[in-house]
Amino acid sequence: MQEKEIKFVEEAFKNYYFNHFDLIHVPERTSEREFGFQKFNSGMIRHISLKDDKELHLLLMQNKPSDVYCSNGYYSFPNLQMSEKEWKEADLIFDIDAKDLELSCRQNHCVTKCVECSHISKSSNHCSKCNSTKIEVKSLPCKNCIEESKKEVEKLKNILIEDLGVEKNSIQIYFSGNEGFHVYVYNSQFQELGSRERSELVDYLMFRGTIPETFGMKKLRPSRQLFPEINEEGWRGRFSKEVFGSKSKRSKIISELINEGYSNFQRKLEILSKTVGAQIDPNVTMDIHRIFRLPGSLNSKSGLSKVKCNDLKQFDPYNDSSFLNEETIELIANCPVEFKLKKRKFGPYSNEKITVPTYAAVYMICKKLAVLS
Amino acid sequence: MITLGKDEIAKYPFLADAGQYLKDKGFTLQQFGIDPVLKIPLEKAFDRVQVSADGKIYKSDLIDGEASDIALENEVFSFLLAIVLLKLTGITTLIKRFALAEARRAEKYLEKDLANITDDSKKELAIKIIDDLFSIQVKKQDDFFIIPISNYLEHSINFHEREWKLVNRRVKNGSVFLTPHETVRLIRKELSNYISSKIFNAKMPSMISGFEEPVKKLNSLSKKFVTYTVTNGEYPPCIKHAIEILEKGENLPHSGRFMLATFLLSRNQSIEQIAPLFKNAPDYNERVTLYQLNHLAGTSGSGTQYSCPSCEKLKTQNLCFAIPECNNILNPLQFGKKRK
Repeated sequence: MQEKEIKFVEEAFKNYYFNHFDLIHVPERTSEREFGFQKFNSGMIRHISLKDDKELHLLLMQNKPSDVYCSNGYYSFPNLQMSEKEWKEADLIFDIDAKDLELSCRQNHCVTKCVECSHISKSSNHCSKCNSTKIEVKSLPCKNCIEESKKEVEKLKNILIEDLGVEKNSIQIYFSGNEGFHVYVYNSQFQELGSRERSELVDYLMFRGTIPETFGMKKLRPSRQLFPEINEEGWRGRFSKEVFGSKSKRSKIISELINEGYSNFQRKLEILSKTVGAQIDPNVTMDIHRIFRLPGSLNSKSGLSKVKCNDLKQFDPYNDSSFLNEETIELIANCPVEFKLKKRKFGPYSNEKITVPTYAAVYMICKKLAVLS
Repeated sequence: MITLGKDEIAKYPFLADAGQYLKDKGFTLQQFGIDPVLKIPLEKAFDRVQVSADGKIYKSDLIDGEASDIALENEVFSFLLAIVLLKLTGITTLIKRFALAEARRAEKYLEKDLANITDDSKKELAIKIIDDLFSIQVKKQDDFFIIPISNYLEHSINFHEREWKLVNRRVKNGSVFLTPHETVRLIRKELSNYISSKIFNAKMPSMISGFEEPVKKLNSLSKKFVTYTVTNGEYPPCIKHAIEILEKGENLPHSGRFMLATFLLSRNQSIEQIAPLFKNAPDYNERVTLYQLNHLAGTSGSGTQYSCPSCEKLKTQNLCFAIPECNNILNPLQFGKKRK
């Protein structure tokens, strides 16, 4: 991003922060958290500790950050360097991102920008002008991306409640501000678990690392009785609902599975993990020192806010998280994909001069698909 | 503190206060070196260590945890004397093997006590031992023992067998369901750590007359522990894959870069040798790369040297591309190493 655009976006962000203090709060146990922020075209500044909302608002006004973060971890000394912080515990966090869901709609709304010649074209693995493979992919997620991500959130929530015993009201869901959702679990039995233990939880939620024996299949002389029943709980139950479908088909399908043999069964389990497992980003959940986007703050990849979803089903990110102002501005846009914000359609634009509201201008500038004219 | 009956001390001798036990019985260590009758438990003690050094479990004289008073006493004495022998020998590996074998021996009794349906006090003692020593809250439910998932994970992550993965367990409402056998198997490592730390922390005795011979024998026994390993120098498939991605100029995720850098650093490559590998990355920045490599090598920042992630972790991060030669390795650094 060039100086001119940075100034414009920073100003728009600052306006948002000034006018929407009500949306941005420090989390509970503030003084035990580490905060961090980034400015446009600059590195991360972290190891910051804050006392209250007032200090946070001051930080936002003084620094005009592009992104603001807060730790999921709790520390004795959050402002000291990592080795001296004295980690106490961490909330369980999840990131569900549409880009990891291998959705077929993706190619329709992804744009490729070449790092070397800046040429913009529709989704590809190389630049269509200079053939370079050094490319940046910018996605303008569609309705389908959001709906599919919501399904993953629901899947995750069910396993958390039914299997892991998490209380329904200790789960909070946020739109990430770009392509997916962030899920927080507070005050669970998992608060004090380290990274390795959390990685086991990840495998559980994603249905990874399963062995055929868990579902009754054995290498030698498998016994039909060991296969799960339709009404079982946990993964055995989900497996049977997915694979058998109904009680009446169970017996026939067990015979087929036994006939196909052990290694085919193993392969089937691996494929199943893509459909029945919750598609979360393992690295985020494993990280006990992460500084995670602060609720209420803006995402510099889009200019949309990370907002809480009280009613996930009804939630429409392109309406409910777009808070920048309506003031119009002139741009030169090169955005080959159409998008919708605040119920208004924009694009496609092919290297043309346009006048759009600030929220749409920031969206395209953040995606590097427009510059100020 | 857990109060133990006679037979329970014999089953779980590591719970006893050694010095106090001898005093209560009216003996001194010196007597075991000279008294012909008391030499029996000393021989037993030697046996106990020797068997554990071979990776086997010492077969005790207790049948179903019950035996005559003398047999029970000898059982405890031989355990205490084994510790004295180990201290006098001073070989860590011997102590660790002994602790593991003793843990596995105790495991059998714990399992039996847990599964005891006629005597609730035995079951309660076993549950109390597990709670007191390892802070695991076990509850009985039907034929199973249930423990909180967080407790389960803290112990099970030390196991490499897939059956111990949480996803292969019966899980409901925040708890894991286990059989008595699985419950005690879960704490084997901790039990053996508990026993070995008791040995490491025990006071160092001076040589006792009559103990020289077994100590000498144990010293020569441990000579066979020395093995040699050779490496063929080839890279494992995960590392090859990461290098290929970078060579193609494609994006290797942060976790992949971390793996590659820590692997090569552990193979004694210098930062100057490693840095050029990242040159083709779409977001290459020489200054940042050198800073990060220095950080991983421990030459800057906190001074911590980062090690290469385990195969298990790499699997979770989708960085594992295992081939048959990867069998039985737990970390990419072990690839291609053969024991001679």
